[in-house]
Amino acid sequence: MYPAYMKGSLDLVEQTRPKRLEIQKSGKPVYPPMTAEERENVLQRFHPDYKKEARRVIHIGPNKGESITTEVADMLEAHSRIEPELFDLTQPDYETDILIIGAGGAGCAAAIIAMQKGAKSIISTKLRLGDANSMMSQGGMQAAVTPQDPPSRHYLDVIGGGHFDNKPDLVRALTEDGPDVVKWLEDLGVVWDKNPDHTMYVLHGGGTSRKRMHSCRDYTGAIILRTLMDEVRNHSDKITILEFMPTVDLILDHKGRCAGGVLYNLETEEYFTVKAKATIITTGGYGRLHIRGFDTTNHYGATGDGLIMAYRAGAKLLYMDSVQYHPTGASFPEQIAGFLITEKIRGAGGQPVNKHGELFVFPREPRDVESAAFIRECLERHNGTQTPSGRWGIWLDSPLIEIIQGAGYLAKNFPAMVRQFIRYQIDITKEPMLVYPSLHYQNGGIEINAKSETNIPGLYVAGEASGGVHGRNRLMGNSVLDYNVFGRRAGKHAAEYSKHVTLGKLSLEHITAYENELKKARIKTDRIAPVLLPSYTPEDVRKRQLTAHYEGTLR
Amino acid sequence: MTPKKKAPARKKSKSPMPVKSKVEKHGVPVKMVTVFIMGKSHRVPAEATIMGAIEYAGYQIKRGAGCREGFCGACATVYRLPGDYKIYTGLACTTLVEEGMWLSQLPVIPSQKPVYDIEKLEPDVTAFQVLYPEIFRCVACNTCTKACPQSLEVMDYIQAAIRGDIEKVMDLSFDCLSCGLCAIRCPAEIVHYNVGILGRRLYGRYLSPKSPELEKRLREIKEKKFDKDYKKLMAMNRDELKKLYYARDTE
Repeated sequence: MYPAYMKGSLDLVEQTRPKRLEIQKSGKPVYPPMTAEERENVLQRFHPDYKKEARRVIHIGPNKGESITTEVADMLEAHSRIEPELFDLTQPDYETDILIIGAGGAGCAAAIIAMQKGAKSIISTKLRLGDANSMMSQGGMQAAVTPQDPPSRHYLDVIGGGHFDNKPDLVRALTEDGPDVVKWLEDLGVVWDKNPDHTMYVLHGGGTSRKRMHSCRDYTGAIILRTLMDEVRNHSDKITILEFMPTVDLILDHKGRCAGGVLYNLETEEYFTVKAKATIITTGGYGRLHIRGFDTTNHYGATGDGLIMAYRAGAKLLYMDSVQYHPTGASFPEQIAGFLITEKIRGAGGQPVNKHGELFVFPREPRDVESAAFIRECLERHNGTQTPSGRWGIWLDSPLIEIIQGAGYLAKNFPAMVRQFIRYQIDITKEPMLVYPSLHYQNGGIEINAKSETNIPGLYVAGEASGGVHGRNRLMGNSVLDYNVFGRRAGKHAAEYSKHVTLGKLSLEHITAYENELKKARIKTDRIAPVLLPSYTPEDVRKRQLTAHYEGTLR
Repeated sequence: MTPKKKAPARKKSKSPMPVKSKVEKHGVPVKMVTVFIMGKSHRVPAEATIMGAIEYAGYQIKRGAGCREGFCGACATVYRLPGDYKIYTGLACTTLVEEGMWLSQLPVIPSQKPVYDIEKLEPDVTAFQVLYPEIFRCVACNTCTKACPQSLEVMDYIQAAIRGDIEKVMDLSFDCLSCGLCAIRCPAEIVHYNVGILGRRLYGRYLSPKSPELEKRLREIKEKKFDKDYKKLMAMNRDELKKLYYARDTE
C-alpha cells in the first residue's frame, strides 16, 4: 500500500492516462527518442559510470594501467584464498575432461553440449545447481525470427545499443545463432509463448527496432534454466555436479594452459583440486559487490569470482569500466528495493512518468540511457517521488497495459510481478509501480572470441562473465541469448580441445607470481578474493563477534 | 501465499536475548518484533522479511538464500505462530516476519529425480506411469496446494498428470519455483515439482504447435542467406554504423 502522501501524485498519473493512451494508440513514439548527442549528454551527466570516483587505474595484471570500475579494481588487487605450497598437484582429488565453473544457464548449456560431444564434465557451483541470475530473467530472449527481422537487423540493434564498442564476430555469433537457440530450447522442452496462429509471440525491448523478444510469461529464465538443469540431471553418468563447492582459483600446467581449479567446500571448509583438460568459466556477474552502493537485482552468489581467478591466471578483461543499471528496479516497498521489474512491462506498453504524471523519456531507450534519464528526472529536475525511507522513484504505469492489451493481461503475462506487489497490498493492474535504476549487469568481462576461447589455452568463458559481445551496454533479452549461444559454443569447442590436449605438470605458480606483483606494486591490503558471498551482518553484531576470524566477507 | 487466520496470541513472548539499543532508521524509531529462529529468540524489525530477519540477527546464510526475489526456491521456510496449531510455509525472501513467529529454513528437500531421455517418451500418461508411479497414490488431500508459496493449484496438476492431461500440467505448474514445500508436506510422498517439470518439457517438446516462421528462418540461415548483409555490416567503420543505426526504422 502506498503511503497517503503519494495520493496526489498517483491521482495525476491516473488523470494523464487517457491522453497518454491516445498517443500510444497513434502508433507514433510516445516521446521523441534521443539523438546521438542527447544520449551522450544525459549519460555524461547522470550515468553512475561517469562519476569521477566510479573508476580507477588498476596497477597489476594484464589490464595494468587501464581505468576500470573501482570495486572491480579493488577485487583484482586482492590476495588469493589459497597458499599454493599446501597443494600436492600430482595427486588431484578429481580428474575430468572439462571443469565447468558456475551452474547457471551458460554452465548447464555447456555441460549438455560437451556431453553430446563425448566429454565428461564436473560442474563446480557455489550454491545449488541453477542458483544464478539466469533463473531470474523475466522478460525474455531476443532472437530474429519474424520475416521483417533478418538476424542482421538484430546485429545492428546490438551494436548501436552497445555504443559501437562490441566485437563484431561475437555479435554475429550471438544474432545468427539466435533462431537455432529458440529451436534447441523448444526441442529440450521449453514452453515458449505463441500466437494463436502458432507463430512466436514477440514483443519489443529497449533498443530494439523489431519485435523479437521471446518469452515464457514472465518466468522466462526460470523455465529455460529448469529445463536445462533437468537435462543436466538426466546425464549423471557424464556430468558430475558439486554443489556448495565454488572454484576459488585456476590451475595451469607448465606450458601455461588451463588445467582445472581449486575448489572450496563451503560447508566442511576443505579444499579440493580438479584436474581438467579444459575449463569453462560461467560464473556470471558481480551485482553483489553493490557497486556505487546501489541495490542490485542480482543473485546472492553474483560476486564476480570468475573474473578474479581468470585475471590472476593471466586472462585479459574487456570493458571492465562499464556497469549496467537496470532502469526499473523496485523503489517501494522497502522490502523489495532493487528487485527487478522486467523491461517487458515497457515492451507491453507500460510508460515511465514523473510525479506530475508526465512522460519525460521514450520508454525503450537502451538501458544506460533510460537509467540516466530517470536519474536526471529525479535528481536534477526534482520530478521524482520520494519514498518514506528517502529513495527516489519514477512511476511505471502498469494499469495502462491492462487498457491497451485488455483486462487480465497482466495476470496472464506478468504473474511474477503481480505476485511480487500484491504481497504488499499494491495491485499493479490498478496502481503504477515506483521504480529507480538498480545494479543489474556486468557489461564487460573476460575477453573471448567467437569460439568462447580466451588468451589462455584451454580456458573458455561464456555468459555474463565474458566481455565483448555487448560492448559497453547490453540490451534486454540478449543475456539469455548470450548464455545459450556462448554456453553451447564453449561446450562444443572445449570438448573438441579436450580430445587432443595432453597436459603437462600442474602448477599454481601464477598465484605466487601474482602475489609478488601485488608486493612490487606496493599494494598493502587485507582484501581476499573471490569474496564468494556478500555479508549483510549488521555492524553491532560484528562488534560482538570477538573470536571470529573473517576471510574477506566470510567467517 | 497461504491464507492466514490471525490467531489470538497466547502470551506476549519474552526475549531472553539482550535487547539491542533502540534501533533507528532515518531518525525514525523502527518497530521491532520477537521471532524464534530455529528456536532461539531474536528482536528484529517488524517490517523485515524472514531472510532479512535471519541476517539482521547475525547469521551468514550459506544454504537457504538464492535469488532473494522469489524465483529460485532456495529459501523454503516452515513456521508456526503463537496460539495457533497450524504449520505454515513460505519463502524466506518474500514472507514478512510476525510477532512470535517460530521459524526454520529447510536447507534441502530430499527428492527423487528419475533420469530419462525426452526423445524416447510419449507425451501422454505413460510417461508419468513409468517415471512417477507414486503420483497415483495421491489422496487428493490438497495439502500441497495449501503449502505452495506461489498459490498454485498443485493438487490439480498432479490430478491432471494422472489423467495424462499434459497441457494442464504445464499451465498449472508454469510458475513453480521447485522450492519443495509441497513435497515435504505430501502424505503420498510425491515430488510434485519434478512432475511439473516433466509435464512442461513434454508439452514444449511435443505438444506446443511449431512455428512455421522459425523453421523458415532456420533454413535461411543454413543457406547462408544473411552472409552478405553480415559481411557488409562487419566491414563498416563506427561512423557508417552510427549513421545506419540512427536512421533505422522501427516496427
